[in-house]
Amino acid sequence: MTSFPILSVMLAIPAIAAVACLFLSAQSARWLALAATLADLALGVILWLSFDIGGAQWQFVEYAPVFGRFSWALGIDGFALLLIALSVFLMPICIGASWQAIEKRVPEYMAAFLLTEVLMIGTFAAQDIFLFYIFFEAGLIPMFLIIGIWGGANRIYASYKFFLYTLLGSLLMFIAMLYMSITADTTSIPALMNYDFPPEVQTWLWLAFFASFAVKMPMWPVHTWLPDAHVQAPTAGSVILAGVLLKLGGYGFLRFSIPMFPEASAQLVWLVFGLSAVAVVYTSLVALVQSDMKKLIAYSSVAHMAIVTIGLFAFNAQGIEGAMLVMLGHGLVSGALFLCVGVIYDRLHTREIARYGGLANNMPRYAILFLLFTMASIGLPGTSNFPGELLALMGTYQVSTTIALLCTTSIILGAAYMLYLYRRVVWGEIKSEEVRVMPDLSSRELWLLAPIAAVVLWMGVYPESFLAPMRADTARLLARIERAQPAGDSRPTPGTGVIPAAHAEGHAAPTSDAHGEAH
Amino acid sequence: MDYASQVAMTLPEIVLALGALALMMVSAWAQPSATRAISWAAVAVLLGACLALIGPATTGGNAFGGMYRADAFAGFSKVLIYLAAAVAILLAPSFFERTAGDDLRPEYPVLILLSAIGMGIMVSAGDLLTLYIGLELQSLAAYVLASFMRQDQRSAEAGLKYFVLGALASGILLYGISLVYGFSGSTLFDEIAGAYAGASLAGDGKSIGLLFGLVFVFAGLAFKISAVPFHMWTPDVYEGAPTPVTAFFASAPKVAAMGLAVRVAIEAMGPADAQWRQIVIFAALASIIFGAVAAIGQSNIKRLLAYSSINNVGFALIGLAAGTPEGVAAVLTYMAIYVVMTLGSFLVVLQMRGADGQPVETIASLAGLSRTRRGLAAALAIFMFSLAGIPPLFGFWAKFAVFDAAVRAGLFPLAVVGIAASTIGAYYYLRVVKTMYFDEPAAAFGEGDKLEGGLIAIAAVAVSPLGYLAIPLLSAWTMAAAQALF
Repeated sequence: MTSFPILSVMLAIPAIAAVACLFLSAQSARWLALAATLADLALGVILWLSFDIGGAQWQFVEYAPVFGRFSWALGIDGFALLLIALSVFLMPICIGASWQAIEKRVPEYMAAFLLTEVLMIGTFAAQDIFLFYIFFEAGLIPMFLIIGIWGGANRIYASYKFFLYTLLGSLLMFIAMLYMSITADTTSIPALMNYDFPPEVQTWLWLAFFASFAVKMPMWPVHTWLPDAHVQAPTAGSVILAGVLLKLGGYGFLRFSIPMFPEASAQLVWLVFGLSAVAVVYTSLVALVQSDMKKLIAYSSVAHMAIVTIGLFAFNAQGIEGAMLVMLGHGLVSGALFLCVGVIYDRLHTREIARYGGLANNMPRYAILFLLFTMASIGLPGTSNFPGELLALMGTYQVSTTIALLCTTSIILGAAYMLYLYRRVVWGEIKSEEVRVMPDLSSRELWLLAPIAAVVLWMGVYPESFLAPMRADTARLLARIERAQPAGDSRPTPGTGVIPAAHAEGHAAPTSDAHGEAH
Repeated sequence: MDYASQVAMTLPEIVLALGALALMMVSAWAQPSATRAISWAAVAVLLGACLALIGPATTGGNAFGGMYRADAFAGFSKVLIYLAAAVAILLAPSFFERTAGDDLRPEYPVLILLSAIGMGIMVSAGDLLTLYIGLELQSLAAYVLASFMRQDQRSAEAGLKYFVLGALASGILLYGISLVYGFSGSTLFDEIAGAYAGASLAGDGKSIGLLFGLVFVFAGLAFKISAVPFHMWTPDVYEGAPTPVTAFFASAPKVAAMGLAVRVAIEAMGPADAQWRQIVIFAALASIIFGAVAAIGQSNIKRLLAYSSINNVGFALIGLAAGTPEGVAAVLTYMAIYVVMTLGSFLVVLQMRGADGQPVETIASLAGLSRTRRGLAAALAIFMFSLAGIPPLFGFWAKFAVFDAAVRAGLFPLAVVGIAASTIGAYYYLRVVKTMYFDEPAAAFGEGDKLEGGLIAIAAVAVSPLGYLAIPLLSAWTMAAAQALF
C-alpha cells in the first residue's frame, strides 16, 4: 500500500479550489471548478485501480490524532470506494451542467459545489465517528445555499425545509454517537463496528440513527422534504442531491445501523420493511399523477430508495449487494434524468409535462438518451438498475415473501409512470411552436450524458466490476450480523424429483455470484 | 503564608486598579481628543493584567484566609474576560465618532477597566462577600455604561431598566446569602460546603433554610447570566445600550457570571448537587427553548442576538448540570467559543450603518449583503452557522463539549431535549443567512474601518474549521481549570 495520502489529497484539492474560486471571475471560476473536479476524478480512478480487491478491509488508511477528543482518521472499504467513485464521477458532470445555466454569482456557486464534493468524499472516507458526523452534517450548509440562492420560485421554503428536517434527524444521532463513544471508549468506526452493545441499548441507538438516516434516505413518511428540494434546486443541485446525498442514508445504514446494532436491526426489520413497502406503492402512485417532471423523478427516487432499504435489511448477501447496486445505479440514472429535464428546461424554462410533446421529431439524439435512462430507471435488463433490483428483491424474498411481493410492484408501477412520462414528453405530435424550435442536444450536453449512458450500460451488462470490490466487505458484514439473522418466511423445500439441469443453472447463477462464499 | 505572596496572587487586580485610577486622573484633565490614547492605554492595561496572570495569580491557591482564590479556573476565566473587555474598548471610538449625539468620553475605557476588576473578583471569589463585592463593582460600572449615550432615550431607558432589575436581583442574591450564612454559620465557600454536606437536604427533617438559601442564590445568579426565567432585562438592555456596550455585556460579564455560578455551585454547594441540578436543568432547558422561540419574531438584530445569548447560556448550563470536571471544562470551552462568536457578530452589527453613518439595526437592512459586502456577509454567515452549532464551524465543538459532559453524567433526557431544541434555534440563525444571501440587495452600508475588519477576520478564522486544531490545547487548559474546583 502506498503511503501517499490520496484521500486527504482528494479532500484538499476541491477545498482549496473552493476558496480560490471566491476570488476569481465567473469564467475562471468555472474552469477552475472543472479542473479540480477532473483532478479528483483522476485520483478516484487511481484509487479504484490501486484498491486491493479482497485485500485488507480498510485501505488507504490515514490517522492523525490532531483534534484531541477525535481524530483525522480516513480509510475506505469496498462500499466506500464505490460511493466515492460515484461522487467524483458525477461532480465534473454537475459543473458542466451548470456551465451556462448558472449566470449569477458563479464563483460562489462553484465554491459551494466544490465544498459539497469535499464533504461527500469526507463522509464516505471518514473512519472516526465524529469526523463522519462533521462531514455528514456540514453538507447541509452548501446545499442550503445552493437551493436558496440559485433555486426556483419557491426556493426559500424548500431550503428551510431541507435544512431543518435533516438537521433534526441528525441531532438525535449525535447524542447516540456521544453515548457510543463514551461507552466503548473509542471513536474509531472500525472498532465500533466490532463492539457489542447490549441489545436493549441497541434499540435506542438504532432508533436515533434511524431518525437521521431515514430522513436522509428519505423513507416514507419523512420524505416530504425531497420533492420540494428537488423541484426548487438548480439542475446540478438535483443531480448531486439525488445522485450522492441520498446515498448517505443508505451508506449510514450499511456502516452504522446494521453492523453496530445487529440485534436491534433484526428486531426492527418489520419497521423498515413496512415503511419501505408503503413507500414503494404510495410514492409510485404519487409519481404517476405528477405534472412536474422533476417532482415525478423525485418521487421515483423515494420508491427506489425503498428498494435499497429492504435490500439492506434482508440480512443476506443478495440483499446487501443488490442494495448497493441500486444505490449506484440510481445515482447514475436519476442524475441523468435530472440532467435530461435540465436540458429541456434550459430551452423552454418550464418543468410542466403538458407543455412538451413530440420531442422525438426535432430532438432525436435527446430522445434516444432519454429513452435509455427511462428504461434504466424502470430496471430493464441490460441497464444499471436491473441487477441491483433483482438481487435486492431476491434477498428480500428469502426473508419475507409478502414484502417482496409488495416491493416488486415498484417495477410495474415504475414502468407505468416512467413510460407515461416519456410518452407525454417525447412521443406524439409537436403541439406548439415553441417546442418545434427547440434545438437538439449541443455537444456540451452530449458530453455530459454520454459518459453516464456508457456506465449505465456497463453496469447492466457486466455488474461484476461493481460487485467485486464489495464482495469481501459483504461477507465480513454478514459474518458480523449472522447471529441476529431473522428467520425467513420463505422456506423452499427440496424437491423430490430430479431437477432439470438447465433449470437449476438458471436459478443458481445469480445467487452463487452474489454469495461469494467467503465466510 | 506571608502577606506579600498573598498580595502577589492578586497582581492582575492590582494592575487593573492602579491602571484604572491613573487613567481616571488623566481623563479628568486631558482634552476630549485624548480619548483614543486613553482607550489604547486601557487596552494596554488589560493586556498587562493578562501577563500578570502568569505565576502566582493562577497557581497560588487560596489567599486571605480563603476569601480569594488564585487558581487555574480563575486564570482561564480572567484571560477571557480581559481580552473581551479589551475588544469592547477597541470597538468604541469609531462607533461614537460616527454616531450623532454623545461623543466618546474617556470615562468609557475607565468604566470597563473597573468592571473588569469586578469580574476578576467574581471568578476568584472564595467567599460570599467577596463574590458580592465583585458582582456589585461589575454591575455598577455596567449600569453607567448602558446609559452611556445620555441624550439617547433608549440608552437611558436601558440603563435605568438594568439598574432597577439588577438591584432587585442583587437583593434576591443577598437574601439568599443571608439565609445561607444564617444556617451554615459562615460565608466561606469551604465551610458552607461542609454545612451542606452535614445537613440533611431531603426527606423529613431537611434543612429548609439551607435549601431556601440555595434557591435564592441561584435565582440571583440566574439573573446575572440572564437565564430564563430571569432573562427579561436582556433584550431591552441589549437593544437600548450603545452597540459596543452591548457587545461588552454579551461577552465578558457573561463569562464572569457563568464562572461565578460554576464556582458557587461546585465549591460552595457541591454536596447539594442533587438539589441545584434541578434548578440548573430547568433553567438550561427553559433558556434554550425560550431563547430560540422568542428570537423567531425579532426584527432587530441586537434583540435577536440578545435572545441568542439567552439561548447560548442555556447550552452552557447543560455543562454545569453535569456537575463533573468534564462538565465544568465544557462550560469554559463553551464560554470561550461563545465569546469569540458573539463578539464577531457584534463587530458585524457595528458595520451596519446607513449612508449618513447612523447605525441601522433591522435585520431587513442586511438584505443582499452577500452582493454588496461579500466578506462581511460571509463572516456573519460563519458566525450564525457557528452559533447554531452546525459543523464544520467551531461552534459545533462548544455544543459537543457540553453534550458530551451531559451524556457522560447520564443526563439523557436533558441531552435529547436540549439538542432537539437547537433545531428551533437554527431556524432564526438561518433567517439572518437567508436575508443576506437569498434576498435582493437593500441599500449598501458605509465602508468599515481597518481595525474592526481585522478583528472580524480574526474571529471568523477562529470559528472556522481551522479552530479545530486548537482543540487539544483548549481541552487541556479547560480541564486543568476545571480540576481546580474539585
